[in-house]
Amino acid sequence: MARPVAVVPALNEEASIGGVIEGIRAFDPTFDVVVVADGSTDRTPEVAAEHGAHVLRLPFNVGIGGAVQTGFRYAWEHGCEVVVRVDGDGQHDPAELGAVLAPVLAGQADVAVGSRFVGTDGYRSSRARRVGIRVLAWTVSAIVGQRVTDPTSGFQALNRRAIALFAADYPHDYPEVEATVMAHRCGLRLVEVPVTMRERGGGRSSINSLHSIYYMVKVLLALFVDLFRRPATPLEET
Amino acid sequence: MTPLRVSIAGAVASILLLLVVLELIRSRRLKERYALLWLATGIVLLVLSAWRGGLNTIARWLGVTGYPPAVLFAVGILFVILVLLHYSTVISRLSDESVTLAQRLALLEQRLGEEDEASPGG
Repeated sequence: MARPVAVVPALNEEASIGGVIEGIRAFDPTFDVVVVADGSTDRTPEVAAEHGAHVLRLPFNVGIGGAVQTGFRYAWEHGCEVVVRVDGDGQHDPAELGAVLAPVLAGQADVAVGSRFVGTDGYRSSRARRVGIRVLAWTVSAIVGQRVTDPTSGFQALNRRAIALFAADYPHDYPEVEATVMAHRCGLRLVEVPVTMRERGGGRSSINSLHSIYYMVKVLLALFVDLFRRPATPLEET
Repeated sequence: MTPLRVSIAGAVASILLLLVVLELIRSRRLKERYALLWLATGIVLLVLSAWRGGLNTIARWLGVTGYPPAVLFAVGILFVILVLLHYSTVISRLSDESVTLAQRLALLEQRLGEEDEASPGG
């Protein structure tokens, strides 16, 4: 059987990417670590390759959604059954992968998401951002009819059913919120598990305050329009 | 004061614009990121059409004394200019990106070709 894949999207994370890869190895050395360098202009791809990761180098920045989907397509084409996503900036602690993976490995969920807001909370972020996340959490919970506390979290584990869907169709700019609703509409089972997220290991968040407004408007619009769309069609095994 | 029929026509046209844009997003022929300006255009024009007192006030501020609906045209044109400008930047980025893609493809083909030569029969 194909090895599980860890998809690691990274922009310019040369300072933290090595630690992330080693962290995933330390958790489970059988993981194929796939770093998606999304138009990186620093040494992220080189550092990732030095640490033994497979590097998918996008020739220019396609945005986090397109980058993550590249990794999902890799996993799909390599026949892999389980994928985790760990961001390259170091905010996701690979030591917590066990908790995120457990519901998927146990067959209880198709998508498991590490949430900062279930149970323990070691995460501090700006007030505006927390309010924004709460608004989105409330909207998503109402749509999927299940309590979702952290719909923007990218710390996820997925099984092949979920990979089939997201390899076929994945939102582009800020994908996690929309993807949650997409997964629900396609009948995938979602579970949130509590995790602690760390301060970013290096680099800068791609979301500042003006961006936050654009982010909110765009995501809410997308959620609204999604309600009137037919669910996406997953890829089929050949 | 704005003639009532002008206000109604403006409101109907704005609503049509909004509906068309939303349908284009729904059918995935238009991405949200390129739709936001169009939606803003539709909403602003709808508000200015329906809120007739507001249009008069704004017309007075701008010194448009004769015919307040002229402000509707001006705002509409302003938004069309914004959309066009936005598209110009998008097209510039796309053309840069397609050059980069072509270059990457050429480099990869060259590398593949050399690997084939190095291992004949492979």
